[in-house]
Amino acid sequence: MEESNNNFEPRIIAFVCNWCTYAGADLTGTSRIKYATNVEIVRFPCTGRIDFMLLLKAFAGGADGIIVSGCHPNDCHYTSGNFHARRRWIVFRNILNFLGIDVQRIRFSWVSAAEGAKWADIVNDTVKEIRELGPYTEYKKVANYLDEEADSHE
Amino acid sequence: MSRIGVFICHCGENISATVDCERVAQEAGRLEGVEFATDYKYMCSDPGQTLIKNAIKEHHLDGVVVGSCSPRMHEATFRKTCAEAGLNPYMCEIANLREHVSWVHEKGEATTRKAIQIVTGLISKVQRNKPLNTIKVPVTKCALVIGGGIAGIQTALDIANCGQKVIMIEKSPSIGGHMSQLSETFPTLDCSQCILTPRMVEVAQHPNITLYTYAELDKLEGFVGNFKATIRLKAKSIDYSKCTGCGLCTTKCPNKKIPSEFNEGLGMRTAIYVPFPQAVPNKPVIDKEHCLYYQKGKCKICSKSCPTGAIEYDKPDEFMTIEVGAVVVTTGFNVLKTDFFPEYGYGKYKDVITGLQFERLASASWPTLGEIRRPSDGKIPQKVVFIACCGSRDPAKGIPYCSKICCMYTAKHAMLYQHKVHGGDSTVFYMDIRAGGKNYEEFVRRAIEEDHVNYVRGRVARVYEKDGKLIVKGVDTLLGAEPVEIEADMVVLATAGVASKGAEELAQKMHISYDPYHFFAEAHPKLKPVETNTAGIFLAGACQAPKDIPETVAAASGAAVKVVSLLSQENLVREPIVAVVNRCAPPLFSTCVGCFMCETICPYHAIEHEEIKDRKTGAVIKTIAKINPGLCQGCGTCVSFCRSKSIDLEGYTNEEMYTEVMALLNH
Repeated sequence: MEESNNNFEPRIIAFVCNWCTYAGADLTGTSRIKYATNVEIVRFPCTGRIDFMLLLKAFAGGADGIIVSGCHPNDCHYTSGNFHARRRWIVFRNILNFLGIDVQRIRFSWVSAAEGAKWADIVNDTVKEIRELGPYTEYKKVANYLDEEADSHE
Repeated sequence: MSRIGVFICHCGENISATVDCERVAQEAGRLEGVEFATDYKYMCSDPGQTLIKNAIKEHHLDGVVVGSCSPRMHEATFRKTCAEAGLNPYMCEIANLREHVSWVHEKGEATTRKAIQIVTGLISKVQRNKPLNTIKVPVTKCALVIGGGIAGIQTALDIANCGQKVIMIEKSPSIGGHMSQLSETFPTLDCSQCILTPRMVEVAQHPNITLYTYAELDKLEGFVGNFKATIRLKAKSIDYSKCTGCGLCTTKCPNKKIPSEFNEGLGMRTAIYVPFPQAVPNKPVIDKEHCLYYQKGKCKICSKSCPTGAIEYDKPDEFMTIEVGAVVVTTGFNVLKTDFFPEYGYGKYKDVITGLQFERLASASWPTLGEIRRPSDGKIPQKVVFIACCGSRDPAKGIPYCSKICCMYTAKHAMLYQHKVHGGDSTVFYMDIRAGGKNYEEFVRRAIEEDHVNYVRGRVARVYEKDGKLIVKGVDTLLGAEPVEIEADMVVLATAGVASKGAEELAQKMHISYDPYHFFAEAHPKLKPVETNTAGIFLAGACQAPKDIPETVAAASGAAVKVVSLLSQENLVREPIVAVVNRCAPPLFSTCVGCFMCETICPYHAIEHEEIKDRKTGAVIKTIAKINPGLCQGCGTCVSFCRSKSIDLEGYTNEEMYTEVMALLNH
């Protein structure tokens, strides 16, 4: 198992806010700090906009891990969007747990526009963790099965 | 079938050094819906932009993806390029191939692969994008200034001098605020009224300023550029068009024992009164709470004495609705009274006074003409103790913050006392001396070194009366917490600055936020210090936190510039990234069920109620949410909060985002 995981390249989607983490990731670039290629960034105006259904959709689409990151508490460009995201995450995490979805595959963090190095660390950490966890196929299987079921009823 | 153009920039070698740009363009060109794909050395250069424009025209492109640097850098550039070629600018998406790919990864297959995936995601998104148009909101060219203290005066004058109209409302009978009560100002010791009153007069006479005193905000509706304010004009019981301001009535009024607000309760006034001699407007009002006519039904002496017949009793308060484009809140602060302090006698010792009362005692407009005499018996106090931080920086009293102005005014008070009472002895008990500001530290040093004010570092535990003296018991922490006991003739408390009365209620009327101490909250403590979270409402002065005069004036001028830049536009142009509630055919009209969860979480109060009515009968069929595009800032929090998925955010719709994520993963 461990041996095969070492060759495993996880796909990770990062849902980030435009004002802090996206800018922070830009700073990682301008500072030329290198990190793993496994993470792709999707830009949102605010973490408050990030619908957690999208995270499920990403798992269904084959993502092995997810990062959600925005402005630090009290630094939200829109005052309170990150607080709503945080609150929603607390509730959502419990629901995921209940449904049997592995919450270790979602990383929730705050990265400010000044924390380029932190962004690189978060990406590398997450890639390392997900690599140890291995590919995430269970949810994809369920989602595909449900899709087929839905299709057969049409 | 869409016709997307893909343009991959090499950024010199910034991108092409690690990403195979040519291959990215080739692979993108093979994707469904892509009509044209190419790579170029500098896409943002003139020839690069021309390349995009020509391709849009030649290939009739209906969407563009540029793979280049961060959208934070050149999104605006490329959107403008598209617009110039006749394509809606919101049909252009930027794939961040530099900051998020080439600069953070080594050269190799994985890096090029990631670039292709990002481009693929955005190609799918742009196919779902809708053309959006910038939102134009007309601007009412008038500003409302709430509060006529130095902050309001400075804001109003600065706006008015830029040629914009200003309406100022002030709840008391005269403008001037706390600054008009002060004797001298630190660190220059110039007379407060001498620098303030000319500005008060300027406000009253300025052709662009309309002043309403004795007026309060009753209601504020609308949004940036288009506010509708309802003003309550409290009945003054005097017809100002007839009143000449001769003041005869104020000398005849039989009720002369009302504590004067202007003199902080140290002096008395009549029921019909002008708050102070330099008041603007210099005409009286009747204080209904103390007027014998209003309380007991008879008197009318003022009416009989008035030579112009200007007194009009029993007129109700009037309401006036005005339209303004911007609002500046400058409602100032209050200071705690001495009765807040049990350890200093709950306000029962007449000679224990607040700093603001001391200002009145030392003022040249005080009956003693500025000679300092104590309130109880009018004797000149030979020994005065000043206690700094009364309430401030004391979490046990609910005021953990520093009131900021007290260190300086206490030094000023001690200095003024030393100047006026030769041979007098003054002691200041302090926690720290916070004298940050131009010439402030020098000012405090002058009080200590030249005027020989005795500064003792330590707190005062108790003040009590014994044999006609006030005994001040404290410690000197610089002498090893040695107890200090001083027999004083007068004690001055530098009481904490607190939010003005009714601040919370006012904030709720305007939908602006406030902190736990009821001071109004700015949009950003560093970068947006005079803005609130509600677009078009600004703040200045001590309504945000205790501030001194220079800081208040600077903030007021800052707020004025913000207002003028708003009012100088014909239309406000806003990015169309706003949330919308869906609409569909009857009988559903919208999937919105009217739960209004969105209303509770929207930080901008942009959610309104829309009633869908029957065309024939006018009966309300359904109430749904409607988002005011003038107020919405496009955070999208309501979108993910909506239970029935009836709200979507233009530019970041659910469909667009799902498609982007799925395309990213499928490639």
